[in-house]
Amino acid sequence: MRKVWAVYAKDVRAELRTKDIFSAMFVFSLLATLVFAFALPAKLLDPKEVGGIAPGLLWVAYTFSGVLGLNRSFIVEKDKGSLEGLLLAPADRGAIYLGKMLSNLTFMLLVETLITPIFGILFNYSTFNLWLIPVVLLGTLGFAEIGTIFAAMAINTRAREVLLPVLFFPIMLPVIIAATNATSAVLANRPFDEVLGQLEFMLVFDVIFLVLPILLFELAVEE
Amino acid sequence: MTAATTLQDSRPVMVRANKLVKSFGNRPVLRGLDLELRQGDFVTLLGPNGAGKTTLLRILATLARPTSGTVELAGIPLNEAKSSIRGLLGVISHQTFLYEDLNAYENLRFYGKLYEVPNLTARVEEVLKKVGLEKRAIDRVRTYSRGMQQRLSIARAILHNPPILLLDEPDTGLDRQAADMLGDLIRDLAIDGQSRTVLMTTHNLERGLAMSDRILILAGGRLAAERSSNSLAPEQLQDFYYDTVSLGGAR
Repeated sequence: MRKVWAVYAKDVRAELRTKDIFSAMFVFSLLATLVFAFALPAKLLDPKEVGGIAPGLLWVAYTFSGVLGLNRSFIVEKDKGSLEGLLLAPADRGAIYLGKMLSNLTFMLLVETLITPIFGILFNYSTFNLWLIPVVLLGTLGFAEIGTIFAAMAINTRAREVLLPVLFFPIMLPVIIAATNATSAVLANRPFDEVLGQLEFMLVFDVIFLVLPILLFELAVEE
Repeated sequence: MTAATTLQDSRPVMVRANKLVKSFGNRPVLRGLDLELRQGDFVTLLGPNGAGKTTLLRILATLARPTSGTVELAGIPLNEAKSSIRGLLGVISHQTFLYEDLNAYENLRFYGKLYEVPNLTARVEEVLKKVGLEKRAIDRVRTYSRGMQQRLSIARAILHNPPILLLDEPDTGLDRQAADMLGDLIRDLAIDGQSRTVLMTTHNLERGLAMSDRILILAGGRLAAERSSNSLAPEQLQDFYYDTVSLGGAR
């Protein structure tokens, strides 16, 4: 666990200095939210209608800004060959994966925490509900788990920015659908059973995709 | 057999490659390479671009798998206990493996934690002093010259006191003065405290000859020639190198 923490702390420290990943993710999600707010027809933004589309739009902003962050997090490692420096260390590949995944998760959650209230204001839609916290947490965790291993695989390819979403969105789709449905149910104050089912699904998904990448990360980064 | 040879042969083998083959698709880069380095050897590997020098070092560093053949480091087969084998290696490349937005101290502390270096704070200060960067320890690596970055890269590689150093063109991008300084530093560190085994690749024939005890020339995916450094005068090296490479490449 100390090596996991070392990788995580290194990423967070570097990010606190540069704010490269955070600023790219935040600006993208803000722009996406603004475009949605101004481009959608007024009738869809009516308080009675907006609940039908807002959760989906919110997760579009989360996921696409997340892809930007995932790409950046490994470009930093590639720049001076430091990914190889990491791989040369006598550290379990799973520890490197977990450290990178946790830092990606942290950056995504930070951006989501800031963009969600802004989204609520722009869409005149209440996004304040404490049950939204586990929904966003589990959805983002699944995203970061799969995204981190695919970002590591894509980093050695020329078209990595395109390849990453193409590779991992099909696998991510179930958790994005579950997260969107759960967000919709929470914000519409629908019966809690509906939310619980989606939360359980995401929890199982997250556990599976926490274990698999730990086992497979060595293959993902090996030449 | 002289007493000196007997003594030399009794040193443990630190790097052994046997019939090493590496192909990229249908293109073989290494074709049955055999190599043996004993404790304390400082060996320079020469060869033209594409000869397989970097590929060989990447295999020894556990960063690439051989297509066939075996490798042992300190008697341990490379495909076993990879994680602990990595602790035996210090790798210096033309890439520094450093994080430019962290300072020297933070970079070394980070790698020290990955290598589980005991008394890390004292060790970081010690290696920074060795490479002459103790006064710039809290400056971001981004602000360093190329030569300083490469010195810090050496500090990173020796932080855990590895018995084997693999150096892949460490002088790339350095001016002559910086490259000479780096060469002196590497030579000092090779015999510092313990007898390290060093395998270095370079395109600078004279520097390779001056720094090492033995010269190996890689051509056509095999070791085409091997000479002890004191058996070759600097002025002979160039002819010897080009003759060997042209013969080796023609095979």
